[in-house]
Amino acid sequence: MTDSTGLQKGIESPYTLGQVEAGSPCCEPVAHLQIRDLTIAYHGLTVLSGVSLDVYRGCITALIGPSGCGKSSFLACLNRLTDLLPGAHTRGEVRLDGQNILAPGLDVKQLRQRIGMIFQKPNPFPLSIRRNLELPLLERGIRQRIEINRRIENVLRDVGLWDEVATRLNSPATRLSGGQQQRLCIARALILEPEILLMDEPCSALDPLSSAVVEDLILRLRGRYTVIIVTHNLAQARRIANYAAFFWVTEQSGKLIEFNRCQSLFEAPQNSLTEAYIAGTKG
Amino acid sequence: MADRFFLLTLWLIAGLVTLTFAWLLGDILIKGVPAISWEFLSQAPSRAGRQGGIWPILVSTVLILSVAICVALPLGLCSAIWLAEFTRRDGPLGRRIGLALDILAGVPSIVIGLFGYAFFSGFLGLGFSILSGGLTLACMMLPILVRTAESGLTAVPDEWRHAAAALGMRRGSVLWHVLLPAAAPAITAGLLLAVGRATAETAALIFTSGYVDRMPESLSDSGRALAVHIYDLSMNVTGGDQAAYGSALVLVTLIIVINLLANLLSLYWAKRKVTLA
Repeated sequence: MTDSTGLQKGIESPYTLGQVEAGSPCCEPVAHLQIRDLTIAYHGLTVLSGVSLDVYRGCITALIGPSGCGKSSFLACLNRLTDLLPGAHTRGEVRLDGQNILAPGLDVKQLRQRIGMIFQKPNPFPLSIRRNLELPLLERGIRQRIEINRRIENVLRDVGLWDEVATRLNSPATRLSGGQQQRLCIARALILEPEILLMDEPCSALDPLSSAVVEDLILRLRGRYTVIIVTHNLAQARRIANYAAFFWVTEQSGKLIEFNRCQSLFEAPQNSLTEAYIAGTKG
Repeated sequence: MADRFFLLTLWLIAGLVTLTFAWLLGDILIKGVPAISWEFLSQAPSRAGRQGGIWPILVSTVLILSVAICVALPLGLCSAIWLAEFTRRDGPLGRRIGLALDILAGVPSIVIGLFGYAFFSGFLGLGFSILSGGLTLACMMLPILVRTAESGLTAVPDEWRHAAAALGMRRGSVLWHVLLPAAAPAITAGLLLAVGRATAETAALIFTSGYVDRMPESLSDSGRALAVHIYDLSMNVTGGDQAAYGSALVLVTLIIVINLLANLLSLYWAKRKVTLA
């Protein structure tokens, strides 16, 4: 299953692998997030329009397409990070358990606990490794030492960092390598026990080896978490995703062109744009 | 060849600047050290400062500075936080306030002194007092403090704000745990710049805290600051040069001590919270 990640090709990995095992692929798709007619605009300029799709529980959904087609905005909208962007405006519906998360009165903190986010550039706080994981817990009112330590060890084992950092939890997180930092960020998101993880090109700022380790980790998250990942690496999307959505810019705004099971989208694309893009003749 | 010439010029200029500073410091040291004694530091001045010491003046200076810092630091820090974190950057409101602060920072101190005299001493009825002098100095410190603290905060990468938001953290706790400690060196530098300017201030204080050289009895009493004392000794008192140099040396030492102390405290605080680059 992880043959393609480069780890098994004779390169001795300096990293340990996590304990999370890949869950069963989603045979019976159950919608976890239902996106209906979603439109995103910045300062009145539409960047994404009329997107409707279902994100299935426990699956990895890859968002592919050229830069500037609104994939990242789409992702940011799903845990309301668009609230932070000046001039951003969203229309349409995103339903999580029947509740529209774009509704104005929604408890955003609660939402962001359920839907975590991993960014392109690893962004651990300039704190110790322990403190990085502890802060979100303290923020949630979890203060018992034992519980905090238990959770820290758990998530660090989940992302395969435990053996690498167990003896230096109090050293600065910024001293870790890029790949370790990104896995720490994933651990930090996991520590809040979210249901959905949003990943915005999580491997693109990493060297190939670290990238392979993080990719492997993402695969292992499948089943236990619903993962939505933006990636420019088509091979990566093909390797890890169950579903794929292809975005493209038409009439000056991004649109969802095709959404299907990953295999179908890559092997038998319905739309000629998709076909051209994955063949590398367009975009 | 051209490279060498360029390098040489740079060295010359750097040397010139260092030399000027060394000369200034050396002059103060050579002429000031003989004036320094335990009596000079612990006694009240007599015969208009020709004899005796500077103890009450030292006390007044520290009091005026304390008032100024106690008022300017929280106000300045809060304004900077508001500007950097809670208004839209480069939005019309933030831009206008920024412009106002920049103009305020450039206002000559004599004008601020006049304002302090009219407002604090006159309108608020504080008279010639340490309080009124300290408040006037706070007005002078505020723009410098706000601007440097604001730019220190904006220089903290957005990725940490986004990371914190994505974790559902409150903005206050991100500020306290991450942003402020990360910006602490810049904020301290701003504070020191402002304190330096305030310590050296003469014009604004003559109008507001006065120049009575006896020991102040309370914050509402008049008090003479060191800079005012030096000005008075060198301009109005014949035969006061020796004492003026002594006072100048004390003033320079005071500024250096405040510098070290502030750096130490803020870095200690910041290092306990974040790992500084």
